[in-house]
Amino acid sequence: MKNIPQKVIHQYLRHRKKFPHVWCPGCGNGIILGDLLRAIYNLGIEKDSIAMVSGIGCSSRMPVYVDFNTLHTTHGRAIAFATGIKLSKPEMNVIVITGDGDAAAIGGNHLIHAARRNIDLTIIIINNNIYGMTGGQCSPTTPLGRYASTAPYGSLEPNFDLCELARSAGASFVARTTAYHTTEAREIFEKAILKKGCSIVDVISQCPISYGKLNNFGSAVEMLKWQRDNTIPVEAASKLPPEKIKGKIIRGIIYDTDKPEFTEEYDKLITHLTGELSISKNKSVNKKVTGKAN
Amino acid sequence: MKKNSQGKIIKESDSLEIVKVKESKVDDAGDYQESPIYIYYEWCKKCGICVAFCPTGTLASREDGAPYVKYPEKCIHCERCDMLCPDYAITGAAPGERRTNVKK
Repeated sequence: MKNIPQKVIHQYLRHRKKFPHVWCPGCGNGIILGDLLRAIYNLGIEKDSIAMVSGIGCSSRMPVYVDFNTLHTTHGRAIAFATGIKLSKPEMNVIVITGDGDAAAIGGNHLIHAARRNIDLTIIIINNNIYGMTGGQCSPTTPLGRYASTAPYGSLEPNFDLCELARSAGASFVARTTAYHTTEAREIFEKAILKKGCSIVDVISQCPISYGKLNNFGSAVEMLKWQRDNTIPVEAASKLPPEKIKGKIIRGIIYDTDKPEFTEEYDKLITHLTGELSISKNKSVNKKVTGKAN
Repeated sequence: MKKNSQGKIIKESDSLEIVKVKESKVDDAGDYQESPIYIYYEWCKKCGICVAFCPTGTLASREDGAPYVKYPEKCIHCERCDMLCPDYAITGAAPGERRTNVKK
């Protein structure tokens, strides 16, 4: 008989699944999943009203371990499946968990079109700068000059800024946080889940095995310290001169606005059209009746 | 043969039981009678994050890399180890208030 402690996180785990989980020692996925579960606990959302969708990758194994309605889909297509769920069941809280390669490379078009549509999804992108599961290949978010197994002399390609991408594509809530800043991450997840509209959260995570080894970070502890020292809150960054924030990553809620949401607009269209249809049906009936009378 | 509440037969390895973390008792002098932190060693992967980021140095590493509570009287219930553990193997003791009278 195994005894596990009862805390907030453990209420949401599927204890029939094999624990400890598959992630490497020091991986950020576990920390971020913990933040997300604490956010859901704080909001008091029922387990049955949450649908968690993921694609393929290390981070996309998250829904396997949690006791919600979960869907583990094909590579890069998590947002497409989630759009289907949201349109058929608009009352559900649909949370999409994707990695950086999953969201920005293979599912890049799904990401920008979900943002353009402004559909009410919570898209959490776990950004570890590399394809961790398949052996550390270069991803669209690998910074310029950093090493990967397919970039042994340093990456030649500039990386995506996922927040700027999401903002320009039309998402109504864009935020960035890190695995180190757990309380901030929890608060941002709470706001992202409550937000009506497409909310995209870029979470900087660490991959000590594939990315850390190649880039001489050392251990997971050193990578977390790097996240602490090289990021700056958006409120502090707005007060500092631009030369002081050079090279720092800005975290916090970067963009938050209210826009028409897709499922609501879709419902309005349906009620509008069915209303019109019933009127036109009545008209045609009236015509027929009048025709008969004539 | 063990059966669960729905009458299905369950394997011995599947039957996980959730237990409550022992509440930390503090005597009048401000010392802990029981450990303020619960470590579940079966899930621990020895990454060292909890030891590195403990603000008061309550935790320390064993020879094999796993953490242990070295100075229980220093714990301030900040739950930083709890929040940063990627494997959900360490928990701060059940709902404790933040302590301020820490012996240094």
